Amino acid sequence: MLPELSRDEILRYSRHLLIPEVGLEGQRKLKNSSILIVGTGGLGSPVALYLAAAGIGRLGLVDYDVVDSSNLQRQVIHGTSTVGKLKVDSAKAKLLDLNPGIQIDVYNEPYTSENALRIARDYDMILDGTDNFPTRYLTNDVAVFLGKPNVYASIYRFDGQVSVFYAKEGPCYRCLFPEPPPPGLVPSCAEGGVLGVLPGTIGTIQATEALKVLLGIGEPLIGKLLLYNALDMTFDFVKLKKNPNCRVCGPNADIKELIDYEEFCGVPSHDHEDEGSAVAAHEITVTDLAERVKTNHLKLLDVREPHELQISALPNAVNIPLGQLAARLSELDSADEMVIFCKSGSRSARGLELLASAGFKKVKNLKGGINAWAREVDSSLPLY
Amino acid sequence: MPVLRIPTPLRAYTNGQSNITVAGASVSEALTDLTTQYPTIKPHLFNEGGELRPFVNLFIGENNIKDLQGVETPIKADDKLVLIPSIAGGCRCEDGALPSEAISSNKKIASSQRTRALLAMTWLGGV
Repeated sequence: MLPELSRDEILRYSRHLLIPEVGLEGQRKLKNSSILIVGTGGLGSPVALYLAAAGIGRLGLVDYDVVDSSNLQRQVIHGTSTVGKLKVDSAKAKLLDLNPGIQIDVYNEPYTSENALRIARDYDMILDGTDNFPTRYLTNDVAVFLGKPNVYASIYRFDGQVSVFYAKEGPCYRCLFPEPPPPGLVPSCAEGGVLGVLPGTIGTIQATEALKVLLGIGEPLIGKLLLYNALDMTFDFVKLKKNPNCRVCGPNADIKELIDYEEFCGVPSHDHEDEGSAVAAHEITVTDLAERVKTNHLKLLDVREPHELQISALPNAVNIPLGQLAARLSELDSADEMVIFCKSGSRSARGLELLASAGFKKVKNLKGGINAWAREVDSSLPLY
Repeated sequence: MPVLRIPTPLRAYTNGQSNITVAGASVSEALTDLTTQYPTIKPHLFNEGGELRPFVNLFIGENNIKDLQGVETPIKADDKLVLIPSIAGGCRCEDGALPSEAISSNKKIASSQRTRALLAMTWLGGV
């Protein structure tokens, strides 16, 4: 039995009611629907805004992060006035301002194997707006186990992907990507960033697919993957088939319950305390480096992209972008004492790993990268 | 000759080129030509045994080569090949600098994996 619409709701949703494919009954379906949005960032922002505006009766928001000013270039659900606040609270306030007639449930916690089934169980659909592989595999498996559609989107620089993974009717995420890339093998957004409007483009497509599935109209992206490139302004589609060997949705599936996704992907999905002693042994802090450069000759290796040097740079540092490092080892001398750095210390950690495997034994990674240097040593440098 | 479309994340290994003309009568030959032209892309597509990595999806037109004859699939001169990357991105781009107050309730991963994990924190950023 679908809920009735009030007079106010009929006015509010009148542009929907005028579309035959939605109409009064469709709008009542939306009011009766619930969607869990995992991640309230770049993708989650437009998704949540448009689904709230569309009159989805209940939205769930999962995020444990706080709003940072560097989010605002793309995470349009948040604002300058909510910097420092919990993302779920910031988003909820904005959504209820947009549409006070809907219910917003927030989960200020990491989405994990321990809580995901409990959180997702009471929703009709899951929208994947996450930013890391462990949570993507978790989101997929939860959707498969609970028999719910998983509206998927992912973005990188100028590229976006969208699909509807719904194991009851088509392939799941694991059918396409049975396993994640090993850590460090594919460049991450840390080297790339993202065009701020890209999650807007892709997130609104994601929200469109969600509405289509809930309303039962059109041809949802089940068994299809949309590939978008903003620079070329191309939309390509490829067919996705159910993988008969899929470990979660195939006929001989052997994964029957949620697993340890961080272990599966070899990367953390959430922040952990920095207790890796093996890592710490190869690190140098910015304050130590500031002392060392006064007395010692240290070679500084900056593995950021050339355009990042225009934002901030250290004098006398050699710049070899991480992606070129393997091919340009001959420019470096393994006898040199070297400090490798990037923006915040992650790319340079991978660079260090690469150098170590090539026989460079005297390299240390600058903890916190040039941003830590800007915070603690040289405040004339900007943070980015 | 067939054209292979390179996704943004892998263009770092093709001098920024998005469409590479490749020679060959099969997917295997085309990929060999690609890795000859751009050797640094090779480890991103193939494992040490020379097999295509499981997370690498290559499509001819709309169809995944896994649904055809794999790397032995024949290709024609006017075929468009598309590489589809596994991308994690969705909302953050923190370069591993995550908020320190956030504590995962996930089971702590083993220390050997921890090292590997921390070294790979750049994965976390998508956007």
